[in-house]
Amino acid sequence: MNRWCIPSGDKKMLQGVQIDLISQESLENMTSMEKIHLILDKVRQGTIVILEKGLEPDEQSKLIEMTMKEILPDDFNGIEMETYPSREESSFLSRLIGRHSASTRLTVIGPANQLKMIKKDKDQISAWISTR
Amino acid sequence: MDIFVQTKNSFSRFFSAFFKRKRSKVGIYGPPNAGKTTLANRIARDWAGDTVGTVSEIPHETRRALRRQDICISGSNGHSITIDIVDTPGVTTKIDYKEFLEYGLDKEEAITRSREATEGVAEAMHWLREDIDGVIYMLDSTSDPFQQVNIMMIGIIESRKLPVIIAANKIDLPDAAPQKIRSAFPQHPVVPISCLEGKNIEELYEQMVHSFR
Repeated sequence: MNRWCIPSGDKKMLQGVQIDLISQESLENMTSMEKIHLILDKVRQGTIVILEKGLEPDEQSKLIEMTMKEILPDDFNGIEMETYPSREESSFLSRLIGRHSASTRLTVIGPANQLKMIKKDKDQISAWISTR
Repeated sequence: MDIFVQTKNSFSRFFSAFFKRKRSKVGIYGPPNAGKTTLANRIARDWAGDTVGTVSEIPHETRRALRRQDICISGSNGHSITIDIVDTPGVTTKIDYKEFLEYGLDKEEAITRSREATEGVAEAMHWLREDIDGVIYMLDSTSDPFQQVNIMMIGIIESRKLPVIIAANKIDLPDAAPQKIRSAFPQHPVVPISCLEGKNIEELYEQMVHSFR
C-alpha cells in the first residue's frame, strides 16, 4: 500500500491506493518485455495500472506466463485484468487486401487480492479497489 | 547390419519423411474446472481405448500439459484426422493457495498444488505460442463466458491464426446456457456438449475432422 503525507502541513496521513495511468505514447516506445516488467513491478507493489492502449495478444500471453512465475504464497496471488472489447480497424488499404486489424483499448490491471471487477460493458468498466 | 538392410532403412526413412502426413497437436484450453481432462479422456477412450489424466472437483487437478499421441478420428463423410491431444492446465491470471484449503487440503499440500499450477499455466501458455496447431476452447456453459481470461485467450488464439472450436460443456446441468457462449463468440463454431454423459460428442468429432484437417 502506498501512503502520502498531505503537503499542507496537515499531519493527517492519507491512506489509499496508487493508480498509475500510462499513456499510449509511452507504451509505444517500450518493448513487450519492458511493458510486462513495468506492469508486474507496479502491480506487485500494490499499484493499479491503467494502460491507455491495451497489450497485444502475444504480450497478454507473455504477461500471463510471467505473472505465474511471480506468484508467491502469502505475498502475490497474481493479477486481475479487464479491458474494453477490442475494436476492428479497417482502412481503405486493409479492406482492399482483405485484412482487418483489431485495436486494443484501455486496460486496467491490478493485484488480484485488491482489484475486483464489478461490471463491464462495451464502453465502461466498473471496478472495486481495496487497500491491502 | 548388412548393406541390404541399411539401404532398405535409408529408403524407408527417405520415403516416410516425404509422405508422412504432419500430425497436428490439438490443445484443449479453457478456465479451470471446465472439463478439459474429461474431454481429453473421452476422446482418448473413444478413439484409442485409454485415458489421458485424472479428474477431480478440486481446481487445477491438471498441472502439467499431458499429451496423448496418434489419435485417429473419423468423420461420417469418410475423412479422418490423426492428431495428438494436449490436455492443458486451466488458464488463469491468479492462483491463491488458500482456495485449495476449502477442499480439505492442508497448507503444505495447498502451497505445493498452487506452485505446480502456476508452472502448469506458464507451460500451457508457452505451448500455445510454440507448439499447438489447433485449439478446442472448453467453457462451462453454466458460467459467464465474458470473463476477461476467455476474451484474452480467444484473442491470443485468433492472433496466432489457429483453428478453434469452442466446446460449451456441461449441457447436462439445468442452468446450462450454451446460447450465451454462441453470442459471446459468434465468429467461431460452438458445439454444446456434455463430456460426462457423452451428449452431442459426435457433433464435436465431426467439427474436429472439419476444422483440424
